[in-house]
Amino acid sequence: MTTAIEIPSAVTPLLRVTDLNKFYGTRIGCADVSFDLYPGEVMGIVGESGSGKSTLLNCLAGHLAPDAGQVLFDTRAEGMRDTVTMSEPERRMLGRTDWAFVHQHARDGLRMNVSAGGNVGERLMAVGARHYGNIREVAVDWLGRVEINEDRVDDRPTAFSGGMQQRLQIARNLVTGPRLVFMDEPTGGLDVSVQARLLDLLRGLVREMGLSAIIVTHDLAVVRLLADRLMVMKDGHVVETGLTDQVLDDPQHAYTQLLVSSVLQV
Amino acid sequence: MTDYNFAYLDEQTKRMIRRAILKGLAIPGYQVPFASREMPMPYGWGTGGVQVSAATLTPDDTLKVIDQGADDTTNAVSIRKFFERTAGVATTEETSKASVIQTRHRIPEEDLTEDQILVYQVPIPEPLRFLEPSEVETRKMHSLEDYGLMHVKLYEDISRHGQIATSYAYPVKVEDRYVMDPSPIPKFDNPKLEMAAIQLFGAGREQRIYAIPPYTQVVSLDFEDYPFEASKADAACDLCAATDSYLDEVITDDAGGRMFVCSDTDYCRSRRAAGHVGALGTAFDEDAA
Repeated sequence: MTTAIEIPSAVTPLLRVTDLNKFYGTRIGCADVSFDLYPGEVMGIVGESGSGKSTLLNCLAGHLAPDAGQVLFDTRAEGMRDTVTMSEPERRMLGRTDWAFVHQHARDGLRMNVSAGGNVGERLMAVGARHYGNIREVAVDWLGRVEINEDRVDDRPTAFSGGMQQRLQIARNLVTGPRLVFMDEPTGGLDVSVQARLLDLLRGLVREMGLSAIIVTHDLAVVRLLADRLMVMKDGHVVETGLTDQVLDDPQHAYTQLLVSSVLQV
Repeated sequence: MTDYNFAYLDEQTKRMIRRAILKGLAIPGYQVPFASREMPMPYGWGTGGVQVSAATLTPDDTLKVIDQGADDTTNAVSIRKFFERTAGVATTEETSKASVIQTRHRIPEEDLTEDQILVYQVPIPEPLRFLEPSEVETRKMHSLEDYGLMHVKLYEDISRHGQIATSYAYPVKVEDRYVMDPSPIPKFDNPKLEMAAIQLFGAGREQRIYAIPPYTQVVSLDFEDYPFEASKADAACDLCAATDSYLDEVITDDAGGRMFVCSDTDYCRSRRAAGHVGALGTAFDEDAA
């Protein structure tokens, strides 16, 4: 079942997804996904492994080409544009300005043989920054915001701990002031205390910058903390949507009930 | 002449290479794939440059071959002999008398003219290679003009060394479009890339040909606060007293003795013939060399 949430129609959504489908041969990646994401809203997508949440996220972020459906994004210059039919240069431009993508493994999202400062500065240089002093200043500022000491600016990410690498990846992504952040299991593989600090940091940044975000995770605690709204996926289909607290406290679909009841109680 | 086809390669191969050269000239700085042949020398010894030269030479041409500026080093001598034997063309050591110059890692000091062709030997044509190992991805980056990564490399240089430490194979942007590796020439030579002669680049192992047509805009990449600087050793040639040429530092004994000499041997010779004498040089004697 899907429950639409009423939001005043005067606000235009930042992202509007309609009937998105992705197939791997005859197998379903994700099917008939539709939703709106509004400015400043954080949406969680949960579901077990293989439920199609990463496929969906990659389709939204332009890493995979969906087989059918639209992904409309409210661009700064031209209003609503379908990013699926957009040209590759335009999509890449979005990818390094208005969008950000935080990978589960920091190694996928960082350049491991480039210093922390270079990693943060890359997006700035990609959009035309050509003043070394300014780039470095911004990089240091962002390292500070994600709690990485200034004296690590010339160290390579290989010399960083897992948690620091993940924070560096976040700094690298947010440096150009994106409006929409895609996160794929941002806390996966980190121990709980590091997870807690990272979540705290993310929550602060999301609020402070007014970011919209789509967070894919299988960790219900993460969405409880970060997401306003929740979408539950199973076998490529969305089985339930709603406000996070509502879905987690009063799950309607049998699968959501299973998911919620499977959480280990400490 | 011998039993070789003119300039070693068969006519179909030369035709294929000429097509790649023409395409390269039409799209300055773009790397054109070509079907590189096995040459009777190992990769890394200029197989790309030799194939481009072979496709460029005509029986009336005069060939000059230099290696790091010198006419008398192994690589230069063997390639010059190769073409003497397989093409029977005239050869020279004088820059101004040559119509085709094959070079490894230098541009001659003397200005080239519209009647000349400069052929470079290129080991790694892809300027983004050490930053992005995937060829599929680098090609996509070129086609989308996605060159932010190139500046990341320069950023890394400054953050680690306090200046842009890249001193050779310094990346350039050609005609405001393609970022190109000028082959491992010293960055001292970068300003000379805007010249009257045709410049052809051949990479045999990597199977790429690219080109810069005459009078094409070639800009060395840099930062506003760390501008590009064409650097050389701060000295004069000890043989010919030239202060405007690129210098090699030569260790002369085990006691720290050293001298600076022009890397361009023809330039140095002609200056000495004209009467210039450096600090450690003697008056020019035609037979001494």
